[in-house]
Amino acid sequence: MEENTMIEVDIAHDEMDIVCERPDTLLDARMHYCPGCGHGVAHRVIMEVVAEMGIQDQTIGVAPVGCSVFAYHYMNIDMQEAAHGRACAVATGIKRVRPDKFVFTYQGDGDLAAIGTGETVHAINRGENMLIVFINNAIYGMTGGQMAPTTLIGQKSTTSPYGREVGFNGHPLKITDMIAPLPGAFYVTRTAVNTPANVRKTKKAIQKAFEYQKLNRGTCFVEVVSNCPTNWGMPPQKSNEWLSENMLPMYPLGDLKTPSKEELENA
Amino acid sequence: MGELRLMKGNEALAEAAIRAGIDAYFGYPITPQSEVLEYLTREGYNRTQTVILQAESEIASINMVYGAAGAGARVMTSSSSPGISLMMEGISYIAGAELPCLLVNVNRGGPGLGTIQPSQGDYFQSTKGGGHGDYRMIVLAPSTVQEMADFVLEGFEIAEKYRNPTLILADGALGQMMEKVELREQLDRKAREIPGWATTGKTKDRDHNIITSLFIQPEEMEQVNIRLQKKYKEIEQNETRVQTIQVEDADIVLVAYGLSARISRKAMEICREKGMKVGLIRPITLWPYPSAAVAEAAEHAKGFLAVELNAGQMVEDVRLAVNGKCPVEHYGRMGGIIMSPEEIVEKIEDLAKRVNQ
Repeated sequence: MEENTMIEVDIAHDEMDIVCERPDTLLDARMHYCPGCGHGVAHRVIMEVVAEMGIQDQTIGVAPVGCSVFAYHYMNIDMQEAAHGRACAVATGIKRVRPDKFVFTYQGDGDLAAIGTGETVHAINRGENMLIVFINNAIYGMTGGQMAPTTLIGQKSTTSPYGREVGFNGHPLKITDMIAPLPGAFYVTRTAVNTPANVRKTKKAIQKAFEYQKLNRGTCFVEVVSNCPTNWGMPPQKSNEWLSENMLPMYPLGDLKTPSKEELENA
Repeated sequence: MGELRLMKGNEALAEAAIRAGIDAYFGYPITPQSEVLEYLTREGYNRTQTVILQAESEIASINMVYGAAGAGARVMTSSSSPGISLMMEGISYIAGAELPCLLVNVNRGGPGLGTIQPSQGDYFQSTKGGGHGDYRMIVLAPSTVQEMADFVLEGFEIAEKYRNPTLILADGALGQMMEKVELREQLDRKAREIPGWATTGKTKDRDHNIITSLFIQPEEMEQVNIRLQKKYKEIEQNETRVQTIQVEDADIVLVAYGLSARISRKAMEICREKGMKVGLIRPITLWPYPSAAVAEAAEHAKGFLAVELNAGQMVEDVRLAVNGKCPVEHYGRMGGIIMSPEEIVEKIEDLAKRVNQ
């Protein structure tokens, strides 16, 4: 077996100013994600919010099946690993018996919008008082680049090798648009992690969603448009550009549903 | 003496669940057990503020059970055969993540959509896996409405002791029939301690709690399996339950559980009146299977007859336990038809004739 060839570099910390630290809601672990993948950024953003709100001891997360199946190796909070597509049902079970806790799911497009569509729609329709974080990178990452429900028309994947064809594979599923009108949805927004500005907006959305959970008024849903350099077959920087040029026209950023002033005042 | 009531099996089970202090029930309607969900919805929240939720499917139900159990709640679901099939993936996850919970299958005839009439066609599914991977589920088989009620708390206690799912395997007749039932006192669900492994929010004084069945390194996965198998051995040693009736001097031993055990008992009595030495072994736990009781009877019996409402499932476990010492035969009706005691008597007489030759 090959030895770990990573070179350890001694850094004289004393002589440097600390400008950015790992929040204690993130574990000191090397992530398994591919270079340039958006999952790491999304994990960090959520965990920063949990740390800043001081709710580490009140937060329970649900990990999906997909690339982020090991989210609990990095997030230093109590977590449950759900069966593929069932995160919203698992989270419902948690939230119903622990209504005073903050509960969120972290799911990819296959998990949330293909195999788990039923659980997603019904949890939101019941207005489960939790946060659903939906990472949309238009591909199945963990299984090696198969077509996702959100794969774009013409986009190549291992199961749409000549590009997604509407007549054969159907249209990309805009599940966020689909669930936004449900009365159980309280706050629905779409952000991205392809630029520093978008990462900041994502963090704000996550923060809002956790704050709204205190109000007990329904489901908050944050779609995060992300990348998959490996399975898209391009370097990370190129993938972020590709995301802007191809993903965002289909999945435009911005709020799909926000609580009205009255709703917030009456909460 | 507890409170006496005349109740349907399904309702007695639901009442017992409230009194056992369940924190949550997640279910989906399916005949012949919908009364469980209905009764709990009517009574559960009002009396003990327990969570009773009608899910969008059995798949959602079992995963809600997973979530609630992982958060340390005393939680259950119930369904009937096709619905239990839908839950199988979730049950495997629950066993893999070692979560305690109570499941109820009010067995109906199959395969497929089948019939709503009683059956014991889910024996294999209940005792031999059903879901994927090397796991076991404790299976309790009531044969009276009283046991439908009693096995609820008992089922939870075994489940919680071993962090393993327990299944009550009943059938459509037990769910629907009315009998006198003695109910135990109400337990205070809030007095129960939340287990330390549950996901309730990571506090400074402990590492984060993880509920998972994923161990991607094969070496680690094997160790988890070895630990699970050790636990299953322990359950086999400690939790096997069986009732034996007039087996000591029996030439012909009937083996039957649940509804068919009631009918077999009547057949046994008819045979005894005729002067035939017939006994009955009634497995109460179907897993762990009371193999020792069967093996012991095989030391003196001349023949065994497994009586089941299926095509011959438990009979395989009887054969394994008898281990070739004498003939083991099966008598069953399928598709929702219930046998009469007279049919069984006929089979006993036929078997007795052959083994006495």
